[in-house]
Amino acid sequence: MTAQRHAQPMSAGRNALGLAAATALAERHRIRWWEALPWIAGIAVFFLFPNYLAFGTQVLIMILFALSLDLVLGYAGIITLGHAAFFGAGAYTVGMLAQHWGWNEPLSGLVAAAAVAGAIGLASGYVLLRTHGLTLLMLTLCTMALLEEAANMGAAYTGGFDGMPGLNFKPLLGRYAFDLLYFRSQYLYVLAVLFGCFLVVRALVHSPFGQSLTGIRENVLRMHAVGAPVRARLVIAYAISAALAGVAGALFTQSNAYVNLSVLGLDRAAGVLIVLILGGYGRLYGAFVGAIAYMVLEHTLAKAYPTGWQLGVGLTLMAVALYAGNGILGLAAALRRRIRAGRGR
Amino acid sequence: MTAALLETRGLCKSFGALEVARDVGFRLESGARHALIGPNGAGKTTLVNLLTGLLAPSRGSVLLKGEDVTSLTQAKRVKRGIARTFQINQLFRGLTVLENVCIAVAERLGAGGSMLRPAGRRMDVIGEAAGLIETLRLQEEAGRRIDELPYGRQRLVEIAIALGLKPQVLLLDEPAAGIPSAESHILLDAIGALPKDIGVLIIEHDMDLVFRFAERITVMVSGAIYAEGSPAEIAANRDVRAVYLGSAADG
Repeated sequence: MTAQRHAQPMSAGRNALGLAAATALAERHRIRWWEALPWIAGIAVFFLFPNYLAFGTQVLIMILFALSLDLVLGYAGIITLGHAAFFGAGAYTVGMLAQHWGWNEPLSGLVAAAAVAGAIGLASGYVLLRTHGLTLLMLTLCTMALLEEAANMGAAYTGGFDGMPGLNFKPLLGRYAFDLLYFRSQYLYVLAVLFGCFLVVRALVHSPFGQSLTGIRENVLRMHAVGAPVRARLVIAYAISAALAGVAGALFTQSNAYVNLSVLGLDRAAGVLIVLILGGYGRLYGAFVGAIAYMVLEHTLAKAYPTGWQLGVGLTLMAVALYAGNGILGLAAALRRRIRAGRGR
Repeated sequence: MTAALLETRGLCKSFGALEVARDVGFRLESGARHALIGPNGAGKTTLVNLLTGLLAPSRGSVLLKGEDVTSLTQAKRVKRGIARTFQINQLFRGLTVLENVCIAVAERLGAGGSMLRPAGRRMDVIGEAAGLIETLRLQEEAGRRIDELPYGRQRLVEIAIALGLKPQVLLLDEPAAGIPSAESHILLDAIGALPKDIGVLIIEHDMDLVFRFAERITVMVSGAIYAEGSPAEIAANRDVRAVYLGSAADG
């Protein structure tokens, strides 16, 4: 009797493996060969384009920022226009630590930035995530505006409108200087941090927690009805995302050796949103594709048409919004489906 | 009197001047196969919403095994064993059938908050979800997205999710609506295979299905309980025939 009862889940497990869908689900988190490509490309850039490493560093920072946004926007479905609040919180944290307290060791600076931004995310998320839709959108915007104004007013600590130029950071691991004159170590440092953060986000979205975030995005009503603590899940995701955005902000300050109000502005919040939508949200790699496409486009157009480049960026975005609602990766996936369907016929 | 599995006392709910539940005292015994019928707008779905905590009552209380759960959230009541299906499918439309069921099973097993292990390694979750999918004959569609399925098949996923919560109280809001009648036996078989001690309440307009399934029937009219009894009693009740069964019984 007991043996039989034990046998049942076993056979269910075997059936599950027989079911193609179950096999696919059980293997989804496995790393695919092509997932090495972004990192190979990242290292290739280091060797092939030594003159573009400063620009490359900024692209990597944007990727990390967009990746953090993807966790809340793409996976959990939290509509936010104020994600720069956390980028800025991280950026100012390392800036102020270095300026006022002589805490300029870069790695521990990242940890501090993540902690501060994560705490702000936790506190604001706890209050904000009772709401949704346009109310939530406005409140995320308000949070960012409050922080921006605080940075503006608290000039004694933040440098106010002028920010804090000329910050100094210790060499990485005590050996590799990486300020403005050392693009090479800076690029590798940011690439390594991005890689670490990416592994965290990738593990999260494939975990049951990540699945439940997707569930919340797809149908909140149902998620409540399966017994999920919806708000707690959202607040936790929001705080983790905030911490990652804080790391991106900290890297920004460390690599540019300055911080000013631009890190907290609507421009930056809207910029990262555009990057993610351009690349494709809820896809993990949309942040990579979007950041590279957007920043390369911006860079090239600004060089070619110094006065009217924004028009070109705007037109491209309109084209994407009209013809590729799910971004570049969404378009690629649709094409792949169409080709497969064609072969099937 | 022993405590019922699920019970309401003096339950009232009004939206402004509109009273949708009027002093409802309802008992669902453990092991019950109970049907809730009544004309459209009688407050049947409202009662289910009050039982699950989707709506808060204006007055009155909901008791699960004698314990007052009126102030508990939906999620907490689910943890205590109340599961439901919705009149209109509430599914994760962009996810596959298997993922839909997995999310429910993962929550029941307390895995939903786990961040460190990939969901794909939880063979207990996937195995159980796959088992439910087989019970509801959805194997063919297991890997397909909900929004690619016909409504009737989606309806069965709705049931699979509720069963994945291993409830003690199962509230089914018009489960057969939209399922082709040739497939409604899948639904009845699945309910028939449930452990005998769980209480099942079904809201249904298909009288054939109600009389095949129910051992007890409650009739609601205008937010209040109008009559209650065994199927034979309800079928013989002239007042019930007048307000509700009228056309169906005569025709």
